[in-house]
Amino acid sequence: MRPFTYLRARSPAEAAALAAQVSGSRFIAGGTNLLDLMKLDIETPTHLIDVNGLALDRIDTTPEGGLRIGALVRNTDLAADTRVRKDYALLSRALLAGASGQLRNKATTAGNLLQRTRCPYFYDTNQACNKRQPGSGCAAIGGFSRSLGVIGVSAACIATHPSDMAVAMRALDAHVETVRADGSTRVIAIADFHRLPGNTPNIETALAANELITAVTLPAPLGGMHIYQKVRDRASYAFALISVAAVIQQDGSGRVVLGGVAHKPWRVETAESAMAQGAKAVADQLLAGATPTPENAFKLTLVERTLASVMAQARTHA
Amino acid sequence: MDNRAPLPLSRRTLLIVGVVTATAMVLPPFISAKACAANAARPIKSSVSLSVNGEKRDLDLDTRTTLLDALREHLHLTGTKKGCDHGQCGACTVIVDGRRINACLTLAVMHDGAKVTTIEGLGTPEKLHPMQAAFIKHDGYQCGYCTPGQICSAVAVLEEIRAGIPSHVSASLTDSPQLIASELQERMSGNICRCGAYSNIIEAITEVAEADL
Repeated sequence: MRPFTYLRARSPAEAAALAAQVSGSRFIAGGTNLLDLMKLDIETPTHLIDVNGLALDRIDTTPEGGLRIGALVRNTDLAADTRVRKDYALLSRALLAGASGQLRNKATTAGNLLQRTRCPYFYDTNQACNKRQPGSGCAAIGGFSRSLGVIGVSAACIATHPSDMAVAMRALDAHVETVRADGSTRVIAIADFHRLPGNTPNIETALAANELITAVTLPAPLGGMHIYQKVRDRASYAFALISVAAVIQQDGSGRVVLGGVAHKPWRVETAESAMAQGAKAVADQLLAGATPTPENAFKLTLVERTLASVMAQARTHA
Repeated sequence: MDNRAPLPLSRRTLLIVGVVTATAMVLPPFISAKACAANAARPIKSSVSLSVNGEKRDLDLDTRTTLLDALREHLHLTGTKKGCDHGQCGACTVIVDGRRINACLTLAVMHDGAKVTTIEGLGTPEKLHPMQAAFIKHDGYQCGYCTPGQICSAVAVLEEIRAGIPSHVSASLTDSPQLIASELQERMSGNICRCGAYSNIIEAITEVAEADL
């Protein structure tokens, strides 16, 4: 790991302003992904701004009847919050399907949104990777691609976003609140937060340089049946091959978002109007234009079958 | 011995310690673009105070030092093990402020004032923690390397179940989680045992859990 200076910030605005004053600054919260990548020389900050002391660890109800989740709320606490368990069960289920107990105790809400891909070529510094080293190429294309993206990919990158939580957040129409280095704040819809790789896979989110996430808000509860189904190579503590986050109402209408298939949680709102026609119709629309590799084409079948399973569960419990 | 050429700035002026006290949005004088550029060449130290197994320990550490390395290399508490050093195996599991975490994936300087419990703090050879005794009774290990992490994790798992924290395999998110093998297996999935002592580990944890009921 390369040497770095270290500083504890006292307010979100101060953290963002301080980060802007030193090039090579990074915020650190849970650190479970950042430190892993620093050990591998993939992330190389020269200055760490510790934001753990900021009072962003509360979950408050909003005037609209939703929740404001502080950026520093740990994954364990978010999953266990009684309001989340009752009204946003999808979010609890997605969080509990991710990582291990130890990691969830440390990982934060904002950090979870910002975690980097687990593409094996991103992790191997001997390999070409446009995300790690822009312009170097993509060794994953034509390489071992079983776990990688099948839709929304580009000639520069076929990585997937690894988060389970973000998939649920997309289904729940979360919004991301931030503060910038000049002290201004803004709100970014989760749909616009994560980007497709295009020609700049190194730019993964809508955040500007030194912009700090302060909270994630959820609108009023949607009701309905909440199901997060994750398919992976082992029963626990593994990233998704694919996942389906669904909120399905009594009448069979609902929302469906896919994880493990793209550079961001994958949702196609128009596909949701096909819910009454069954899983194949929804999957066909969700994955229209998919460009899988021979190694990961199985994901298209897996999505359809998992979706069928999810819709069957909803019917059984309706 | 540090025989590298001295920098124009003294080492002391490069130290970054503690909270920024300035209320204005300016960097303290000891953080400058020049100082950060110098980082590439030499380590930066910072002081941190931890309460480890009930004892206050003051350390002056390279900022890069993980909590795991602080425990093992600086405090010589080698019960906590380094397995993968990337948060994948759980051998480094310790309990910080009541919660189990991977000591390898966090910096010691991020835990100023924290209470850390390692395997050495749970019990002693003369007075074993019930979980340690149960692991011995049920043969919950072969080589023993993952065992301190397994035991710290297991102690925290029972607290998490007691606190009503649900898991991936909990049938209901709103009912209290059950003390059953599938719950323990899921909750212990962040601790890998290369020898495959899993079934005995679950038996050991179950015995302690039932004794506490």
